[in-house]
Amino acid sequence: MSATPAGDPGRWSVAVRHAACRGSGVCVGLAPEHFDVDDSGRSRPRADTIDADEAVLDAAHACPLEAIVVTDRATGRQLAPPD
Amino acid sequence: MPTQSEQLTFPFAAPSGAEFPPEFARLRDEEPVTRVVLPTGDQAWLVTRYADVRKVLSDARFSRAAAEAPDAPRLGKTSPGPQTILGMDPPEHTRLRRLVSQAFTARRIEELRPRTEQLANELMHAVGVAPRPVDLMATYALVLPIKVIFELLGVPYEDGDRLHSWTDVIFSLGGYSAEEVAEARGKLRDYLGEMIAERRREPTDDLLGVLVTARDEGQKLDESELVEFALILLTVGHMSTASTLTSSLYTLLRQPGALARLHESPELVPSAVEELLRYNPFALTGTQLRVALTDVELGGATIAAGDGVIATVAAANRDAAVFDRPDELDLGREDNPHLAFGYGVHHCLGAQLARMELQVALTTVIRRLPPTLHIAVPDEWLNWKVGLTARSLVSLPVDW
Repeated sequence: MSATPAGDPGRWSVAVRHAACRGSGVCVGLAPEHFDVDDSGRSRPRADTIDADEAVLDAAHACPLEAIVVTDRATGRQLAPPD
Repeated sequence: MPTQSEQLTFPFAAPSGAEFPPEFARLRDEEPVTRVVLPTGDQAWLVTRYADVRKVLSDARFSRAAAEAPDAPRLGKTSPGPQTILGMDPPEHTRLRRLVSQAFTARRIEELRPRTEQLANELMHAVGVAPRPVDLMATYALVLPIKVIFELLGVPYEDGDRLHSWTDVIFSLGGYSAEEVAEARGKLRDYLGEMIAERRREPTDDLLGVLVTARDEGQKLDESELVEFALILLTVGHMSTASTLTSSLYTLLRQPGALARLHESPELVPSAVEELLRYNPFALTGTQLRVALTDVELGGATIAAGDGVIATVAAANRDAAVFDRPDELDLGREDNPHLAFGYGVHHCLGAQLARMELQVALTTVIRRLPPTLHIAVPDEWLNWKVGLTARSLVSLPVDW
């Protein structure tokens, strides 16, 4: 995941930790506009940087592997998964 | 739209022993989305290809909530119900699932592994000194998941027998009348109501306590949703694991060389668990019926709004488009994106728990019982319970 520069308000970074993903499809079901599936059956974000969207946080919180990392680009704070 | 199979009835007749229903392979090749008649007399589309099954399970146009409507097509006499997590769509489904999803993450489940190993070892000790043949279902494959989920929920193990017998009625969709199922559900609801009342008098930090707090302090679910959620966690939380563990043990013991391979290479247990989940010959559908909210084109068919759709995970898991040698059990299979836990928002909440339990259970079997372990009777002597979504062994007598 790229470093998170300060001063990008309202923008989030989204990444799926490929090795952790077990292909449950929970994120694809909850937020199909933000996630799809690669050839190995694992999920990937459709875009690395997005406008803030609660649906992505819903997906990250629902991921049983906590494989989705969401970061606020303005503050650098990790929004999901919880520590 | 193919019309030749309008008389095709589903579920297909249960084959003998560990045979896999042969209809799945034919349909996957010839009619991947086809019309079937259900035991209720209603009709539905049967979906058998991996890509299509994944589509149905993750596309919001195929609804579980609509499948609980009074006039929706039905597979059986009963269904989970509109107030359960299994009968909802987002956002209601998301609201409920989020209350407990943190308790089922891979991270949290790993913390339960040492206790699960301890329980498995205690049970295996009793198996080791029991008169033989030993029923590995009653002494091990059923008891272990019951103990694990009961501890997680905070339900006393002493109540296990009656809770399991009610669960058995609720799950055996084919074998009991709608009245019997409703009665068993009522008893289980009353039992859980008492458990919930206890937690209101004296709060606990078990999973049931977490749900009660979410209800009473957070107003995050209503009373009926609370009881139904507890009911689903308790019933599905032990029945499906017990059935899967028994079928996995059966497959391991019947496939020549399978058990020996695990004895030689115990590090294969995690991939063996995934492969046994994929291969499971006793899964008949594995998912609940969906209802299309709009017209959808799928696999050359036009599914109309209001039509029922059954995504057969069992058939998808043997699709050669995804799996090499799909009908072969390969305990070391590396790339295994099976759909045994479903896919999409309804992907099994307890998947990581089930995986961990299955890994511990198989590891304990190969550590504690010798490679001469075998099923003590011919297949014809084994009894099966046949439901609408899966078959299950009634007992698994073994010797060594």
